[in-house]
Amino acid sequence: MALDSKVPQGPIADKWTNYKNHIDLVNPANKRNIDVIVVGTGLAGGSAAATLAELGYNVKAFAYQDSPRRAHSIAAQGGINAAKNYQGDGDSTYRLFYDTVKGGDYRAREANVYRLAEVSANIIDQCVAQGVPFARDYGGLLDNRSFGGVLVSRTFYAKGQTGQQLLLGAYSAMNRQIGRGKIKMYNRHEMMDVVLVDGKARGIITRNLVTGEVERHSAHAVVIASGGYGNVFFLSTNAMGSNVSASWKIHKKGAYFANPCYTQIHPTCIPVSGDHQSKLTLMSESLRNDGRIWVPAKLEDAQAIREGKKKPTDLSEAERDYYLERRYPAFGNLVPRDVASRAAKERCDAGFGVNATGEAVYLDFADAIKRYGREQALIHGDNNPTAEKIDKLGKELVKAKYGNLFQMYDKIVDEDPYNTPMMIYPAVHYTMGGTWVDYNLMTTIPGCYCIGEANFSDHGANRLGASALMQGLADGYFVLPYTIGDYLSDDIRTGAIPTDSPEFEEAEKSVKDQINFFVNNKGTKSVDHFHKRLGKIMWNKVGMARNAQGLTEAMSEIKALREEFWKDVKVPGSADTYNEELAKAGRVADFLELGELFAKDALVREESCGGHFREESAETEGPQKGEAKRNDADFAFVSAWEYTGEPGDAVLHKEQLEFNDIELKTRSYK
Amino acid sequence: MDMNLKLKIWRQSGANDEGKMVDYSLADVSPDMSFLEMLDVLNEQILNEGGEPVAFDHDCREGICGMCSLYINGEAHGPDRGITTCQLHMRKFKDGDTIYIEPFRAKAFPVIKDLVVDRTAFDRIQHQGGFISVNTSGNTQDANSLPISKHAADEAMDAATCIGCGACVATCKNSSAMLFVGAKVSQYALLPQGQVEASDRVKNMVAQMDLEGFGNCTNTGACEVECPKGISLDNIARMNREFFKANI
Amino acid sequence: MSGVLSSSIGRKVAMAASAFFLMFFLLQHFAINLTSIFSADAFNELSHFMGTNPAVQFGLQPILIFGVVFHFVMGFVLEVKNKSARNIKYVKNNGAANSTWVSRNMIYSGLAILAFIVLHFIDFWFPEINHKYINVLPEDPTRYYGELVHKFQSPIRTGAYVAAFAFLALHLLHGFKSAFQSSGMSAKRAAKLETVSKIYAIGIPVGFIVIALFHHFNQH
Ligand SMILES: Cc1cc2nc3c(=O)[nH]c(=O)nc-3n(C[C@H](O)[C@H](O)[C@H](O)COP(=O)(O)OP(=O)(O)OC[C@H]3O[C@@H](n4cnc5c(N)ncnc54)[C@H](O)[C@@H]3O)c2cc1C
Ligand code: HEM
Ligand code: SF4
Ligand code: FES
Repeated sequence: MALDSKVPQGPIADKWTNYKNHIDLVNPANKRNIDVIVVGTGLAGGSAAATLAELGYNVKAFAYQDSPRRAHSIAAQGGINAAKNYQGDGDSTYRLFYDTVKGGDYRAREANVYRLAEVSANIIDQCVAQGVPFARDYGGLLDNRSFGGVLVSRTFYAKGQTGQQLLLGAYSAMNRQIGRGKIKMYNRHEMMDVVLVDGKARGIITRNLVTGEVERHSAHAVVIASGGYGNVFFLSTNAMGSNVSASWKIHKKGAYFANPCYTQIHPTCIPVSGDHQSKLTLMSESLRNDGRIWVPAKLEDAQAIREGKKKPTDLSEAERDYYLERRYPAFGNLVPRDVASRAAKERCDAGFGVNATGEAVYLDFADAIKRYGREQALIHGDNNPTAEKIDKLGKELVKAKYGNLFQMYDKIVDEDPYNTPMMIYPAVHYTMGGTWVDYNLMTTIPGCYCIGEANFSDHGANRLGASALMQGLADGYFVLPYTIGDYLSDDIRTGAIPTDSPEFEEAEKSVKDQINFFVNNKGTKSVDHFHKRLGKIMWNKVGMARNAQGLTEAMSEIKALREEFWKDVKVPGSADTYNEELAKAGRVADFLELGELFAKDALVREESCGGHFREESAETEGPQKGEAKRNDADFAFVSAWEYTGEPGDAVLHKEQLEFNDIELKTRSYK
Repeated sequence: MDMNLKLKIWRQSGANDEGKMVDYSLADVSPDMSFLEMLDVLNEQILNEGGEPVAFDHDCREGICGMCSLYINGEAHGPDRGITTCQLHMRKFKDGDTIYIEPFRAKAFPVIKDLVVDRTAFDRIQHQGGFISVNTSGNTQDANSLPISKHAADEAMDAATCIGCGACVATCKNSSAMLFVGAKVSQYALLPQGQVEASDRVKNMVAQMDLEGFGNCTNTGACEVECPKGISLDNIARMNREFFKANI
Repeated sequence: MSGVLSSSIGRKVAMAASAFFLMFFLLQHFAINLTSIFSADAFNELSHFMGTNPAVQFGLQPILIFGVVFHFVMGFVLEVKNKSARNIKYVKNNGAANSTWVSRNMIYSGLAILAFIVLHFIDFWFPEINHKYINVLPEDPTRYYGELVHKFQSPIRTGAYVAAFAFLALHLLHGFKSAFQSSGMSAKRAAKLETVSKIYAIGIPVGFIVIALFHHFNQH
């Protein structure tokens, strides 16, 4: 099948408006006869479910958690971008569009990104009307902060819990519709497969995680909003239950999977403390505004620190290597996420890591405390403050800015970051890749849509901070509800989709077969055992820096691991009760397939772009030596993979990216 | 530094099973582990011995989704303050300790399995008014056309940080849900957008709360102490005032 | 309005209202009793007024009885409802970690008070009713003081009296603030009541105890 992105004609600024003016609509009376399934209740799914229900469709929403409010969007800390230009600092739709495309290293589809920037302002209006308590200034107007390497202040926030507040807003909109009976909510339900009737998505098979019952649900369209797949690395900042299964199941039934290798590795996470580690915790990016990142300059010192013979505070300035400031004098500690992450890995690989595992660098606030302390003393009218006073005032200010993060760090690591530098290390955080969708957010399966982090659409090879929340809500509140109408307008006379067709029968059977296989398999190793091993392969060979040899090895290792998994996995308990091991088994089975495609995608993309760094594609000379080298001539395309039976045999389709409104440039942070 | 622990854990195979406390011992627990990681290790051990792992709720493991629960040594979310169970670390315990692990208990939170309970009563309360009736069409007025005092916005935010974990109910000797409901009522009561429906909201949410079988608040204040997000008792008082206003 | 009493918050507020009434009553009862230490005449005069004034006898007295009955009946109702809101108890519960003993045991301190109220009725109120309305003995406006002193002759009765007021102090140590919170006072303001609460909760019961002991040790 040829890929058709269905991007409307016309100037970029008018595309969306013109498009909306011309699509088919479903009249309100007919919407009552149309059912839509939404898998996922995060920002994307929650906002979509609420809006579709409000428009009049019958919505069935699914989440694996016990409440829609617990989707992992809840964990987003920093904020949400919107081109409101409330600060009057020159922001505009175009600038947000431009920043997003550039930040994505020119691997995103222009028209989608423009639309995202265009509807962004509406999101804020919508959320405020819903009662989302965004931060405000003393005049009662909305406050903004600046975020990740852009030149304007356009990030709206609610303390360090923006994702939580936005999700609770979407959840409240859902509650209103649940109360009216327009949304039927299925909590603790996991989507196990999609059902295609006459080539169209017409329903899903789910497993009730409480009773174990396998159920059939039909609808006229299916929307997947199941979030990111970072857990393929086992350790990530995602939730324990985050999975690729919903996306992977539709992939296996015909939806192309785009750019699986584009993964964002966030530089400021709390390092792994041991083998028992189950997940990683993000420390907000904002810390890099004030913290200085360093490792010891001498290998002996690094070793002494690892062995506990020296403390970081023992090292003098000259004995420290502020490597970001050294390598990137212009941006210093504020280089983009991918650059900061790779630099940390480079130092640790060279033996300068500072915790017992050798995989940590320091994020030091001592200078910030001194600087702020002096400033504060002056403000208090003390021109000659003592060192103690500076220290005290400085710590107070740092506490006001980052108190909750410092406390979180202290609880996890048991060290006081006011007095000793924090230890941080990069961790898998976000997946830009995902199900391929056209301008309508429809996958290559007719009637099957994909929104939020689960699709690939807007962030190219790298996502800017605070724009995932924006995308999720844009997709759910403002884009999908329009575009889906165009498709559903053909279904007004279809009537309810029966669930007793052979297609449902067959899909249900294959789901049950897999479940029965797991509970009956006489294996010896736990699901986590395989998941952890997969994570190690992914991290070591498909992680922050990749090369052809490692990727080839990863592909065959993952394939072998998958075979071993199917022979030797042990799932205790039965199929007809609450059984978390069984749920995990299904998810890990899919990760074991995705992992291989992921490595294959990385192997095919012989360039470095955004979060994808190929060691073979680095600048070899000049001031940019060692930095990532993009190859626009050969790789300015989206890789859309078609499933053909084995992940390693997937067929590549290319969607060529055209840049008419933005000029392609090399990113430089030197 | 590793610890050996005795665990007494509530096991119940399903909603209709009686359930009982079962003893386990676990060796070599690192103080750097989180409490849930300790349970992961226990589960791996149980699985290798051919048993069924202990079921417990969890998801984000960073204290924000509200999915984790557990009544640890007689306290909701364990002995530490201002955190959820997933943020509790084993360094709070000593070698040789006996740790009691029970599900959150309330008639309105029936046990599903082992330590997993059903907290959808909270959702049903929200369905009755935990929202502002505005259409998500995007045709709303500009966000800054409605200035809201920073003080009110901050206070609303403090109320809105509730993660819906249910520790307040689990801790309360009366299994009262008033801290949770009070927080939600307060968030909207503090904002101008919430005024229009304020009266119906508080009546309907309180009615549903009662219907779900939560107990009555007697102001012991235990909820506020155990709440991982520091939701203040003020919110209950505010709800009482709102309820008063709505009924006269 | 009838719906209000069937709601949890309504019940809470009603509970607080009855408690306020009782606390007010207690205050005036204390004031009258206190006069017995200083002046037998003043005490007699006040008691006579309270005991014979129709507004007090047929207006306030029934309200008081209703208030007491309402309060403890509601207290029991709430206790039963609250107990049943947790059908399976914790094996290990560390209530002391997050709340005071007094706040968790209102029903027990209340029961002790109830027991005392019954005793009190037998001691003072029944003879009073007997005196006034059944046997219709002639009213002697100076009899009250003597009767009071006589009652505190017995060390057992005095002991029971002292114990009951100790329980009342426990009850009020939580109850006083609680009543304000129930009626919607913000926690910040309620915190300022801390001292008043302590003074009332300890002061009044101790006062009653002092009066009892005074008369016990000053038998003429
Ligand atoms: C720690 C952290 C901090 C972040 N901070 C920011 C930030 O500051 N700014 C920003 O813009 N972005 C941030 N992000 C990214 C952003 O939060 C996410 O990309 C975004 O919230 C994803 O939303 P979503 O709706 O697509 O998916 P999610 O919120 O992950 O929701 C997925 C939903 O799908 C359901 N689901 C999944 N699989 C199944 C299945 N098989 N069957 C049924 N249901 C299923 C789940 O139950 C859930 O309801 C952060 C991410 C993390 C992890
Ligand atoms: C007759 C015997 C009594 C019993 C059984 C009793 C029982 C109770 C109980 C169970 C409560 C807690 C319920 C709640 O807070 O909602 C309570 C509260 C209270 N009681 Fe009593 N009580 C008795 C007598 C008294 C007396 C004589 C007084 C004071 C003069 C008093 C003052 C209070 C106060 C102030 C409260 C708090 C009200 C509130 O929280 O809203 N009680 N009582
Ligand atoms: S009020 Fe606190 S304890 Fe209760 S549900 Fe909310 S966060 Fe949990
Ligand atoms: S697992 Fe999310 S709050 Fe504990």
